[in-house]
Amino acid sequence: MPQMNMVQALNLALRQEMARDPDVLLLGEDVGRDGGVFRISEGLQEEFGVARVIDTPLAESGIVGAALGMSLYGLRPVAEIQFMGFIYAAFDQLCSHAARMRSRSRGRFTCPLVVRTPYGAGIKAPELHEESTEALFCHMPGIKVVIPSGPYSAKGLLTAAIRDPDPVIFLEPTRLYRLIREEVPAEEYTVPLGKAKCAREGGDVTVIAWGSMVERTLKATEGYRVDLLDLQTISPFDEEAILTSARKTGRVVIVQEAAETCGFGAELAATIAARAILHLRAPILRVAGFDVTMPLPKLEDYYIPSVERIRKALDEVLKY
Amino acid sequence: MPEEIIGSCAVKRLNILDPQGNADENLLPPLNGQDIRRLYELLVLSRTFDGRALALQREGRLGTYPSILGQEAAQVGSAFALEKSDWVFPSFREMGMHITLGYPMHLLYQYWAGDERGLATPTGLNILPICVAVGTHIPHAVGAAMAASYRGDRNAVVCYFGDGATSKGDFHEGLNMAGVFRAPVVFICQNNQWAISVPFDRQTAAPSLAQKAWGYGFEGIQVDGNDIFAVYRATRTALEKARNGGGPTFIECHTYRIADHTTADDASRYRPPEEVADWREKDPILRLRRFMTQRHLWDEAYERHVQEEATAAVDEAVHRAESAPKPAATEIFDYTNAELSPRQQRQRKEVG
Repeated sequence: MPQMNMVQALNLALRQEMARDPDVLLLGEDVGRDGGVFRISEGLQEEFGVARVIDTPLAESGIVGAALGMSLYGLRPVAEIQFMGFIYAAFDQLCSHAARMRSRSRGRFTCPLVVRTPYGAGIKAPELHEESTEALFCHMPGIKVVIPSGPYSAKGLLTAAIRDPDPVIFLEPTRLYRLIREEVPAEEYTVPLGKAKCAREGGDVTVIAWGSMVERTLKATEGYRVDLLDLQTISPFDEEAILTSARKTGRVVIVQEAAETCGFGAELAATIAARAILHLRAPILRVAGFDVTMPLPKLEDYYIPSVERIRKALDEVLKY
Repeated sequence: MPEEIIGSCAVKRLNILDPQGNADENLLPPLNGQDIRRLYELLVLSRTFDGRALALQREGRLGTYPSILGQEAAQVGSAFALEKSDWVFPSFREMGMHITLGYPMHLLYQYWAGDERGLATPTGLNILPICVAVGTHIPHAVGAAMAASYRGDRNAVVCYFGDGATSKGDFHEGLNMAGVFRAPVVFICQNNQWAISVPFDRQTAAPSLAQKAWGYGFEGIQVDGNDIFAVYRATRTALEKARNGGGPTFIECHTYRIADHTTADDASRYRPPEEVADWREKDPILRLRRFMTQRHLWDEAYERHVQEEATAAVDEAVHRAESAPKPAATEIFDYTNAELSPRQQRQRKEVG
């Protein structure tokens, strides 16, 4: 089985889906001739032509809005927003329209649309290039939010997202794009949406992470006996997997890169408290980004949850 | 180096039928007597639908409703030029378009009474649900038009919006993309002079909206929006152009919102009654009737017949809308996603 990084895995997923289904097309800023600023769509315009890999004007709302219109017509567009910090301009399109069109039309019109965007900290980039505000989109029924944590899940999840009948926001952790290489099947496969993956099985503590934090949490939990759950999809999230593990271990640590307050970890903690509280032997702890503006590169390492902070939380719940 | 003129923009306006009912013979579109009568009947039906909606709202039988009074020609005239297979992206004040394309009136009443089922477009029509958010549907129309081109379909896409929408960012992003990709889309702006209480000259410093198209690299035209022949002719021309690969067109229908913004508004707070009275003189139905009288297409007996038919159709639609069984409570879940999550399934059980 070939070894790939996440960039190669995502590129292969796009190539295979475009080859399989002529309704799949790509659009966004610099996705064509330039292959995307992270090269995710490298070579695809040459292979599939300018009508299917479309370099658009610089207009995030226009890109998502046009992709949405294409999906209403019956295509399966994959739109790219160059960085998550620029998706806010398209927030209205996602929340006021993509999320609601199926409901608004009582199922007559649907939006099988994927919006891919690189997200997350740790790449020493300018302001608004390192956002991790995924929770914003989890508050919008109708939209799915999918976040891979490595090359294998990236390929399978993106394939599943493209085939999904509803709009999917697909967040790609930039820090991991080229950090991890692993075996990735050359042939097509899907990783089901809405299902967590057990990245490490232990039994003393349930540790929940997603996207960029999975790699760091794997490091931090070395030497500990933990169930590490990689959520993979945060909306809808795999409640049963979380509750099963929490009821078994009685101890839960949630690791999220996003700012602590109203982050997705809060939803997880509330769910566990509501449905597994009698099994708990310690408070549910969150290791999260601080409630501050995402710092520029000089200070960003103080912001991102570190191995030390994760271990401190593990020790705290273990000795409780 | 001297300064030089590198471009200039001429703004076209099309008028065919004046308020007295006199038409420019050279510009009259190829419509026979039967077509013209059909247009008249659709105008009357739209106005009857609208008047009933206002009455129902006052009786508490309909929710907040935006009247189309005075704008019927812009809606009926443009929709009359469409094929059933064309795709339409409406805003919220185009019920005359819906009626012209055969969208069931009882569904419109159901929707404005707060029942989502009213927006389930029947199979065979490609009218998107009413878009309440101003102007944000413009990029959707552009994307759908790009999709039609990609598939090689000869469908055109029409997008309706008002003067207020032209101030929005999505208007700019949508029209810009339409120009860049030569998308087969026709933008129909009903410039009714008022966005709730904000008049046209507070929406833009430009003397017309039509000229904005020039900045996006395609043709814009202003038409007398109360002149059904001008609206029809401009739309037909734009649709033919779109189908033949000629790209987008922007049509500004210069018209007037005779009624309040919605039933929740009181326009007497912000605009002079003389202005409304002036525009009543330019009424789109009155002028078509004058034209038809000249051509012996209209008489009192015909008028009685048209009014009776319209009233009967509206009575029937109201009856159907009001006798529709109440939707099940669980229906609030059923169209959120193709498949409900386990949590949504649990919540669904809670309501029934």
